[in-house]
Amino acid sequence: MTYEEVIFYVIAVPTVVGAIGVVTARNVVHSALFLILSLLSVAGIFILLSAEFLAIVQVLIYGGAVTILVLFAMMLTRVRDLPAALDGPQRPFAALAAGAFMAVSIFSMVSTDWPGETDKINVISIEQIGNDLFTTWAVPFEVASLVLMVALLGAIVLARGEEGE
Amino acid sequence: MIPINNFLVLSSILFSLGIYGVLARRNAVLILMSVELMLQAVSINFIAFAVYLSPQAFTGLIFAVFVITIAAAEVGLALAIILRLYRNKSTANVDEADMMKW
Repeated sequence: MTYEEVIFYVIAVPTVVGAIGVVTARNVVHSALFLILSLLSVAGIFILLSAEFLAIVQVLIYGGAVTILVLFAMMLTRVRDLPAALDGPQRPFAALAAGAFMAVSIFSMVSTDWPGETDKINVISIEQIGNDLFTTWAVPFEVASLVLMVALLGAIVLARGEEGE
Repeated sequence: MIPINNFLVLSSILFSLGIYGVLARRNAVLILMSVELMLQAVSINFIAFAVYLSPQAFTGLIFAVFVITIAAAEVGLALAIILRLYRNKSTANVDEADMMKW
């Protein structure tokens, strides 16, 4: 095992542990904290894949904004007062479905013969990403900004409530 | 040298845990968090394929940027809907949100 693989496992283990915590924790706030652990470890995975730009975006948007939003929603909907409604009776079926998917997915990914080199990470610089994003992908980029604005307005309209409520 | 399979297996595990969370959890906020896990798994897959297999076009990297953008919009909207549901039904349990069921 090379030292890169050791680093990979050091980052991958917290990712999986955090994900297991998210789906099994009995306390919803613990669940949210496990989500932060998992998301920040994924940022580490991104750095390992030489995608530093995405790692920064990940920490800013997921580690900051999304988890804060989720915690806000938990406090506004008082999920802590309703601990009985965490899991349903469908748990064994859910475990079966997820396990079956994992088996099929891992088997198909490992057994596929990928074209090209499969053990060398090609470094793609932020400069290249920026160039491509603003030339080849300029239209999707603008559409994404429109989507964000519509989502912002929609969230305000939905959460504000009707007049005289 | 990390083989690409490590990243693919990691993303499979994350995605399966997300599926388990979406199916087993009953609180809408917890379901949303599981969906976030699934999106993370997809991003890892996209970036892994981009840096290993197509470093000239790196479409996967660009796609991961858009995945994160759309995920941010989705979280904002979904939480507004959950807040609305809580205000109307005073619960965030998806089993009790059956107003549209005959």
